[in-house]
Amino acid sequence: MVPAAPTLRDYVESSAAERFLWDRTASIRVTHLRHGTALGGRRSALAGRSVIIATSSQLAAALALIELDGVARCLTVLPPDTSAEHIGELVARAEADAVVVDEATPANSVFDLLERVVCAPAMVLADEVALPRMQTEWLLLTSGTSGVPKLVAHTHASLVAPIAAAKPSDVTPVWATFYDIRRYGGLQIFLRAIVGGTSLVLSSAGEPIADHLSQLAQHGVTHLTGTPSHWRRALMSPEIHKITPRYARLSGEIADQALLDSLRAMFPEAGVGHAFASTEAGVAFEVNDGLAGFPASFVAEVRNGVEMKIVDGALRIRSPRTASRYVGDNQPKLFDAEGFVDTGDMVDLKDDRYAFAGRKGGIINVGGQKVHPEEIEAVINRHPRVRMSLVRPRKNPVTGAVVIADVVLQGEGVRTSAEAEVSDAILAHCRAALPRHKVPAAIKFVPSLDVAATGKLARRHG
Amino acid sequence: MSRIKLTIIDQMQRIAREHEKTLAPLNDDLVLLESGLDSLGFAILVARLEDTLGIDPFTTAEDATFPVTFGDFVKVYENGARRANAA
Repeated sequence: MVPAAPTLRDYVESSAAERFLWDRTASIRVTHLRHGTALGGRRSALAGRSVIIATSSQLAAALALIELDGVARCLTVLPPDTSAEHIGELVARAEADAVVVDEATPANSVFDLLERVVCAPAMVLADEVALPRMQTEWLLLTSGTSGVPKLVAHTHASLVAPIAAAKPSDVTPVWATFYDIRRYGGLQIFLRAIVGGTSLVLSSAGEPIADHLSQLAQHGVTHLTGTPSHWRRALMSPEIHKITPRYARLSGEIADQALLDSLRAMFPEAGVGHAFASTEAGVAFEVNDGLAGFPASFVAEVRNGVEMKIVDGALRIRSPRTASRYVGDNQPKLFDAEGFVDTGDMVDLKDDRYAFAGRKGGIINVGGQKVHPEEIEAVINRHPRVRMSLVRPRKNPVTGAVVIADVVLQGEGVRTSAEAEVSDAILAHCRAALPRHKVPAAIKFVPSLDVAATGKLARRHG
Repeated sequence: MSRIKLTIIDQMQRIAREHEKTLAPLNDDLVLLESGLDSLGFAILVARLEDTLGIDPFTTAEDATFPVTFGDFVKVYENGARRANAA
């Protein structure tokens, strides 16, 4: 028999230091999980099963993940904004037969068909039954797709591989992340805290940024991570002055030079770095020289087990940290013939440094949410006054990018004086059909749009 | 009150209406995040102001930190317009 890989509980049991999981409502001593359970004594009911983690609170999800890694056959981690109508399909793809909820999980008829276990941060004494250990498969949701998100399979090993033990330091590190820990970027920080034996501050649903920053200050956060959009929003809050992290990290979107400079100015004592990571490609590299983009040498050499290549302008990655597959029938292949994952991120080489140049296929990233231009164009084109439209990104200091629509009207167009009225009507039509982040920030009327030799609209990157 | 400030107030009111949000009274000391618009609302505001005022001071300014209060926000645009006129 192969010796079992360590589980999250092993790290909790072997940890000498006292550490905590905090959110606005509770303060959990992680070592209490040695003898206690947040699963109401029903952990054994989930042994060997494919379990959906559908708690409303991050803290409950954190406790369930610690308790079930190495116990469940498979853990599917639902982010809080998972659409209720996608849950049936996700349960089917994951072949799930159990669900962990908390008191605030919205009712869903699909969950009634599964073994249901309630997770409550108020712990009870655990039964001492030794459960068989297994290699749990972790399934995470992608955010880039329109329609049902893809399920991406990771193992404990691929998730934990990037994590080095905390370096000895004169201060006890306290981690926090603006991400939700049920997304890849946030899960990384949760795992760092558990494996590295440090405390972690979590946000609560609907917690205003000012309150969350005050929480972070109260717990003395030293390592703080989030997307560029998370950081820009934090920099707009006066409470940002309350925190003094030793390390501020950005990932998940393009970190531009202006934002890196703003963070350096705000936290002169801190290390400010940006990392490249995605749900599929895993953590690939960190850039700590204070500059946007990354050195060309990163592509030429194998660094920390990560190999990179550029194909048709897009970055591809091969490493022990990539996911293993997309889960479900008729899913696309995750790897190319050589085992590289296509990140879909376009890069431009200039002066020995690669700069990120947006997403392949014109996908626009609005504050961390990916937007397909074609979906928005289809909605705009349904408006009776519109002949055709082109949706494109515009750089934005708050969300990184916003959506702008170039619109060609039917017939003779409109008088300038009536433009505002037609523009308002088209925007109202979009708001009725699309989530807020997909509605164009502005509409520009143009006499015509370029069509490429392929017969498709000519789109430019960036 | 400057034309720029009036334009900003007008656009904020439009965006608040479109998103069915209520705006707080726009004093200079008002913290932007407490104005009733969220991050996406401010992202849209910057995009619309670029179209109406013809400037995006955040991509041209050397100090690109996003302002915290309404008064600071207006100042960034007034300074941006001054720079654009001088150029």
